[in-house]
Amino acid sequence: MDSSTLIAVASIATAGLTTGIGCMCPALGEGRAVATALTSLAQQPDASATITRTLFVGLAMIESTAIYCFVVSMILIFANPFWNHVIAGATQAAGK
Amino acid sequence: MRLSPDQMIFWQHGFLKLNGTIVFTWGLMLVLAVGSKLITRKLSTELKRSRWQNLLEIVVTAIEKQIEEVGLPHPEKYIGFLGTLFLFVALAALCTVIPGYEPPTGSLSTTAALALCVFVAVPLFGIEEQGLGGYLKTYVQPTVIMLPFNLISELSRTLALAVRLFGNMMSGAMIIAILLTITPYVFPIVMTALGLLTGMVQAYIFSILAAVYIAAATRTRKPKPKPEPAPAT
Repeated sequence: MDSSTLIAVASIATAGLTTGIGCMCPALGEGRAVATALTSLAQQPDASATITRTLFVGLAMIESTAIYCFVVSMILIFANPFWNHVIAGATQAAGK
Repeated sequence: MRLSPDQMIFWQHGFLKLNGTIVFTWGLMLVLAVGSKLITRKLSTELKRSRWQNLLEIVVTAIEKQIEEVGLPHPEKYIGFLGTLFLFVALAALCTVIPGYEPPTGSLSTTAALALCVFVAVPLFGIEEQGLGGYLKTYVQPTVIMLPFNLISELSRTLALAVRLFGNMMSGAMIIAILLTITPYVFPIVMTALGLLTGMVQAYIFSILAAVYIAAATRTRKPKPKPEPAPAT
């Protein structure tokens, strides 16, 4: 397996794995956060504005880790510097 | 596959490029500035007022209430900065309904610029509130060993703000683009609605986080009174 194939395989596999794991774990965390928020809403309904706002802020912070994984996957698929380097070398070799 | 409005070039001259991000950002600024100027030309304090003035009042009072709830006791000092952040990011997301428009916050340059504004504004507000010495002392709270961690947390908060907004906006646009090539009939409309919802939530999150950082920097730290022992029942 030459280096360009290796780069392609590693990029694709890593992109899929990054999105897979990066979506599972924040989802678990967000589920726990929402569950606790629902419990406290049931116990103190008149604090619902504060609880809801804090819940959304917390969810956005947890979501941002999923977004980081998504951005890395996108970079690996669409803006991969190693793959661009390989492509540039291949077109140079074909042009000669 | 277009990753960001940076790659939509409208006009080019040498190395000066007028790309989608710049055009849409200036368009949003024009809409916000000219719109507000037109609406606030004849402000009325009686019960009878124009619908647009009512709309702006609802928006401004809602933002003021949110800033107060976060813990900043004089919202009029901060509403210029925080309100503008919220309105810009929210309008950038809302205008996605216009065909041919790409939200400029889908480009890392815009979100990095907004995050840098917050990064500069937090010490400015903190120094204005507590003086230079008082603000610098917050970096060595609670002990001097925390100094590198506090500095790193400042930088990583800024980075997180930028990447969070960029990731959310870019992923919305990209999902719609991918779906248009797969199932072009109803599903992209549903995803556009979801993109609108996440855009508004992200605008709210961005400004609330900026408000929380400013509140943390301007909080005057008094020594907490010792809690009284609970009465034995």
